[in-house]
Amino acid sequence: MIIPKLALKNLLGAGLRTWLNVFVLSLSFVLIVASRGLLEGMNRQVEEAMVASEVGGGHFEHPAYDAYDPLTLVDAHGPVPPALSALAAAGKAAPVLVIQGTIYPEGRLVTVQIKGIDPNQSILNIPTAFLPAASGEDEIPVLIGERMARLSGLKAGDRVTMQWRDTRGTFDAREAVIVQVMKTSVQTIDQGQLWVPLARLREMTDLAGHATFVVLAQDAERPGEAEAAGWRFRSQDDFLADTRAMVETKSIGMTIMSAIMLALAMLAIFDTQVLAIFHRRREMGTLMALGFTRGRVIRLFTLEGLLNAVLAGLVAAAYGIPLLAWFARTGWALPATTDDYGFALGERLFPAYSVRLVAATTLLVLLTTTIVSFIPTRRIARLKPTEALRGRTT
Amino acid sequence: MTDTPLILTKDLKKTYPMGLHRIEALAGVTLSFERGEFAGLVGPSGSGKTTLLNIIGSLDTPTDGSAVVMGQRIERLTHQEAARLRNRHIGFIFQTFNLLPVYTVYENVEFALLLLGLPAAERRRKVMAALDWVHLADRADSRPAQLSGGQSQRVAIARAIVKEPGIILADEPTANLDAENSHAILRTMERINREFGTTFIFATHDFKVMHYLRRTITLIDGRVDSDVPAGGGGEDRDRPGEQP
Repeated sequence: MIIPKLALKNLLGAGLRTWLNVFVLSLSFVLIVASRGLLEGMNRQVEEAMVASEVGGGHFEHPAYDAYDPLTLVDAHGPVPPALSALAAAGKAAPVLVIQGTIYPEGRLVTVQIKGIDPNQSILNIPTAFLPAASGEDEIPVLIGERMARLSGLKAGDRVTMQWRDTRGTFDAREAVIVQVMKTSVQTIDQGQLWVPLARLREMTDLAGHATFVVLAQDAERPGEAEAAGWRFRSQDDFLADTRAMVETKSIGMTIMSAIMLALAMLAIFDTQVLAIFHRRREMGTLMALGFTRGRVIRLFTLEGLLNAVLAGLVAAAYGIPLLAWFARTGWALPATTDDYGFALGERLFPAYSVRLVAATTLLVLLTTTIVSFIPTRRIARLKPTEALRGRTT
Repeated sequence: MTDTPLILTKDLKKTYPMGLHRIEALAGVTLSFERGEFAGLVGPSGSGKTTLLNIIGSLDTPTDGSAVVMGQRIERLTHQEAARLRNRHIGFIFQTFNLLPVYTVYENVEFALLLLGLPAAERRRKVMAALDWVHLADRADSRPAQLSGGQSQRVAIARAIVKEPGIILADEPTANLDAENSHAILRTMERINREFGTTFIFATHDFKVMHYLRRTITLIDGRVDSDVPAGGGGEDRDRPGEQP
């Protein structure tokens, strides 16, 4: 126990030099956790928003459906398999019928996807309750998102001509009324999309009982392949793979930033260690004269360096925890252009700090500090006590 | 007393590389020291005093010859064995005091006992006894920067004697002190030598120190030029500042 006691004593005894190092290191500590927390928060926020508003517990898709190819939409529908219908009846699934259409706001032509969904569904975080469940009126109730509203210049209460083709390929058109403009961070349920009551869309297209895909509730028991009657299942992971890949790409930049911050802090530690070895040679000689072996002196100086990181961790905790907790509560206001990044981020980004993140950062800082502290102390291994006592290094 | 001397050097040689040449610091020194001696190595700068002291203190090893200290062959000791010998049996007093600056007086003195692994109560008792010896018990909580040169050297003496070593090696212990402080610490060392039988070996060219020595070994160019008793113990000599 003598070495830890001495190391702590020496560290605290060094006064301002120690506290400057500790402050720089703690700053790196907090900035690394904050930046990684932003990334983790972004990942979590995007995933949660996508799962809540689009993915649910995964989709069963019609075999002909390809979400990335609008040309498949003509044939990408069919009667909902009985197992999935049963889930829908139990409120554990929401069938969605998708067709292509066109609207003519202010005389302009805008190509859209018309999506029929049960207004009473509660699986997706889409305010479908604004869509009147009953059909048969002349006007078609339509729910759109803010991005779509901006694109088309439409607002709640506006009327617009909507055109589509029915199952026989015949063009039909009717007046649609915008019942609500929803606010959502998930672009894929907003941009170029019109949400209408499912029963109404089926009636308009003469596709009774048809759907393009069925969204499962997160707690729904997934039917087997045979029960799905050839409908293909796309899991949450399938949906989120692209987003995760994008977040991963952004994390590379963040990792480089973290590495630079850590490197700057390590430079301070390295500098201190080199200076300590240079300035404290006589002290090393005295320690050896009093009975310290070279190994003990090396351990002492390495531990002093490592304790910088421990103290930095404590200091970082003292101001970092309240600061990061406040940051996690209030979030970070994102500029309007963030919407173009392709992430479902919303207006504010809320960082998330997991135990794993904090533990990994702590371990990283401790490990690098130990290595950086040890490298210059290796010189001590060649130090002769007599030379050290004279204030020289060998 | 046993037949084996406490310290025995035989034809001790030490050379150092100096550029393309080698400097011969010790050129065959044969000496022996018994328990309780109060001896000094004197001579001009570069005569080998500190080198000999360092080898006896197991801080350095000879190039040739042998040095046996408390039954241990210095040239054969590993780093660990040498460190253990220094820790248990040898106390050092340096010209520049070499106190550890971030520790208090108490902690500086306690340091050697920490390495010996003594229990806290025993350490406290020994440290306070050592500080009493050098009349610094009331400065136990001071830091070295708050002490005068004389007080710092007295702390160094306390640190050297606290573990009750058989040998204390003092390299120019009075070089940074004024006359009054020099005599004060020399009297303290002499008293320790008399009461505990601790062997003191000085490296010095300070005449004040030489007044106290009971054996004076003069080194010239790494060789023993003379080895004479100083006659009857230093306490009988006329020393300035002596208290009745």
